[in-house]
Amino acid sequence: MMTHAITLADLLTLSGVLFALAVAGIFLNRKNVILLLMCVELLLLAANFNFIAFSRVLGDINGQVFVFFVLTVAAAESAIGLAILVVLFRERRSINVEDMNTLRG
Amino acid sequence: MNPHVLIAIPLLPLVAAVIAGLGGRVIGRAGAHTLTILGVAASCALSMYVLKQLYADGVPAFNGPVYTWALTDGVHIDVGFLIDRLSALMMAVVTFVSLCVHVYTVGYMNDDPGYTRFFSYISLFTFSMLMLVMSNNFMQLFFGWEAVGTVSYLLIGFWFTRPSAVFANLKAFIVNRVGDFGFVIGIAAVFSYTGSLSYDAAFAAAPHLAHAVIPLTAASSVNALTLICICLFIGAMGKSAQVPLHVWLPDSMEGPTPISALIHAATMVTAGIFMVARMSPLFEYSDTALSFVLVIGATTAFFMGLLGVVNNDIKRVIAYSTLSQLGYMTAALGVSAYSAAIFHLMTHAFFKALLFLAAGSVIIGMHHEQDMRKMGGLGKYMPITAVTCWIGGLALVATPFFSGFYSKDAIIEAVGASHRWGATYAYWCVLLGAFVTSLYTFRLLFMTFHGEERFRQVAAAHGHDDHDDHQEHGHHSAEPHESPWVVTVPLIALAIPSLLVGYFTVGPVLFGSYFGSSIFVLPANNIIGDMAREFHGPGRLGFHGFLGAPFWLMLAGFVTAWACFLWRPSLADQAARTFGWLRTILVEKYYFDWVNEKIIAPLTRGIGFGLWKVGDQGVIDGALVNGSAATVGWFGGVVRRVQNGYLYSYAFWIVIGLAALLGWFLARSG
Amino acid sequence: MLAQILFYIFGTLLVASALGLITARNPVYSALFLVLCFLDSAVIWLLTEAEFLAIVLVLVYVGAVMVLFLFVIMMLDINLAELRRGFTRFAWLGWITAAAVIAEIVGVVWSHGLTGLDVGRSAAPEPAGYSNTLALGQVIYTRYAYPFELAAMLLLVAIVAAISLTMRRRQGLKYQDISRQVSVRAADRVRIVKVEAEKRA
Repeated sequence: MMTHAITLADLLTLSGVLFALAVAGIFLNRKNVILLLMCVELLLLAANFNFIAFSRVLGDINGQVFVFFVLTVAAAESAIGLAILVVLFRERRSINVEDMNTLRG
Repeated sequence: MNPHVLIAIPLLPLVAAVIAGLGGRVIGRAGAHTLTILGVAASCALSMYVLKQLYADGVPAFNGPVYTWALTDGVHIDVGFLIDRLSALMMAVVTFVSLCVHVYTVGYMNDDPGYTRFFSYISLFTFSMLMLVMSNNFMQLFFGWEAVGTVSYLLIGFWFTRPSAVFANLKAFIVNRVGDFGFVIGIAAVFSYTGSLSYDAAFAAAPHLAHAVIPLTAASSVNALTLICICLFIGAMGKSAQVPLHVWLPDSMEGPTPISALIHAATMVTAGIFMVARMSPLFEYSDTALSFVLVIGATTAFFMGLLGVVNNDIKRVIAYSTLSQLGYMTAALGVSAYSAAIFHLMTHAFFKALLFLAAGSVIIGMHHEQDMRKMGGLGKYMPITAVTCWIGGLALVATPFFSGFYSKDAIIEAVGASHRWGATYAYWCVLLGAFVTSLYTFRLLFMTFHGEERFRQVAAAHGHDDHDDHQEHGHHSAEPHESPWVVTVPLIALAIPSLLVGYFTVGPVLFGSYFGSSIFVLPANNIIGDMAREFHGPGRLGFHGFLGAPFWLMLAGFVTAWACFLWRPSLADQAARTFGWLRTILVEKYYFDWVNEKIIAPLTRGIGFGLWKVGDQGVIDGALVNGSAATVGWFGGVVRRVQNGYLYSYAFWIVIGLAALLGWFLARSG
Repeated sequence: MLAQILFYIFGTLLVASALGLITARNPVYSALFLVLCFLDSAVIWLLTEAEFLAIVLVLVYVGAVMVLFLFVIMMLDINLAELRRGFTRFAWLGWITAAAVIAEIVGVVWSHGLTGLDVGRSAAPEPAGYSNTLALGQVIYTRYAYPFELAAMLLLVAIVAAISLTMRRRQGLKYQDISRQVSVRAADRVRIVKVEAEKRA
């Protein structure tokens, strides 16, 4: 067993993995718009991880303040995103991403 | 000399031309011809006055600017005059012949609807030609050059509803353009070497230019002055109708006869001769250019004369005679006998204008019939015309004591005495040319004024036809009659100098010091000077002429013409059959026209068409303009597919880009 | 050391939940996996002594946002049969790209001297009596008071937006529109008709 504490590298690696997985989720997903929104939450979570990590290791409280605000914004954004989703579903009767391509060039 | 007098000389005909041209309907026919005749008459009187001042009063030559047209980059482009004896002589000749033609036109063009337009044009021409000969810089010379070409175009195509006239005037203008191309190159070369357009600068630079060299390719180069002189002469070839740019002159007979007399005998075609004489300070330093001039001139003299023997149109025979005589003048220039060339120019102006006007008189007497085969025996119906025409003809063939004799014989002798390259060939050309000249001249005279009256057979043949076309056939039954006085008085006025001017002026003009410093001849080339030493007066020269070879050749031509066309016309037909192949070549005018019309013109038009279809439409419009637009459109179409509206696809591309960017940064830094 | 072990356990759980989130067929399962992600994150944040935020994460995110998600998922009539279809042809490319991104991030983090940061550093434990909440509060209400107010405004805007997007009016409901009432003209309401009086018979 190793005897060192949680290092910055561990935290950053973890957040990086989370980020990559969230992004993979966005473009691997072709059927479900809700999954899209959830992956966005995951992205924000990964970013928050970074902030917390640096804030703790460098001893600066400002990073955590930023997390506070990011949480606020994320909550607002998910509310509005779901509202849009609801309206969209009322119109299209489908949440399939592949059906939503009217903004094509 | 008073500059105002000098300005008035070209401006009076110009003003008259403008008023008659623009206000012809207002001032009427009588107003138009009175105004223009007054303008030219005043100009003629003033020119004679200037000539007197220069020659008799000993006033020095005038060389200066009259009006600065433009001053760009230190280069003066002026309206300037160089009035010395050479230009004064030309001015006198031009205005006098123009005046005679103006008066003649009153009678000739009497029933033509374009009466006032014609007078406007011939006055305009007088202005242009005067500007040309009075000029003291290349720009004004070129202006006059182009202006006479333009007015010639307008006049040849005067009856513009005739397709043959339109063809002829286009041909004249285009062939002149080819000559002008060389001319412009010559002027540009002079300008580039001397930095100025004035004659003085060019003449001063000539000895220096004689040693300058222009590199043509990597290996070869050419003497600068030779190139300049040859280019200038190419312009003269176009304007003075030397081979191979002669093809326009016979076709120019489509124009009314007065302009054939004015432009294509006496004045415009002599512009080239005048120009070379004026440029004698340049040409003298280039033997190569002078040999070129000599050979071209001699070739024209002989071969064009041959064409006059087989032609049946009275005006065209005289046109070929003009070509031949221009060749004589050019040959004289080629052996540095500039004074002889100008002297022949002067005498030729008189008797050739006379011949053309007489031919015009015959034509209106014959009710616009021009074919000599349908004439004959007109001598007793048109006595004044016949006598004056005989005088002109005798002058043309260089009968001793007539004016043409002094000038033409001088040329033949000068060419014979020259040692320039090509002089031997030229001598045979001009000598045998005397025989040919005599042959076609007497042929013309005999066929027109003597022998059986073939027009009666023609009239009889036509008389029994249907009488629908009263206007045309009604005239044929009438007898040919002498022309009105407005026609015959100019004939007489021109016949007098044709007889006498040679006798009285050969001494001072040709052998004396008349030209003085206006013509420059190097001492080594001074053939006329050598001939002058043996000159003992015009009388003795005239008697001496009876012994010379040209006279006997002329006599041989007279006898041949009399035999073939008067005594036994069947001889002519027999000769035509025996020498059929030669006759065909002559009738086809050595195939010059055939080459121009069937090869050169279609080739050029083909190149133009090809450049249009392939170059302009294909490459520029198709590939560059439309092609670039189409390429952009195609590219847009391809790129458009990236925007498919699917969020996951956009996110995918973002991530790919992100991965690539990260990878690049990582690779870059280690 | 205990922290270490806990970190690895919950870290692994976190990654596994994320994987589960993106591969689940049923969106409800995805939502629940996301909840699990948040809980694992909260634990890890606790391990790094960011207690306040950890609890806020649980309260706000799991308690409010995820509940909202689940509401919406349940409310929408989702065709599960269609959702059961598998991934597309280019799924492998996506996985490879994700792996590449992970590799790059890890490379950036672990390479020496790339960022000038000593990534081997670990957080020094806070002294006893340290209150994360107190520390945050001291900063938020003083230095960041203005952004705090703005965040509140943002939430208000979110509420208004969400409501205005999704609100449906009941048909046939009579309600007063004051501005329309005030802008009425007499001509719209009253029309004077001249009627001839009946003549006596």
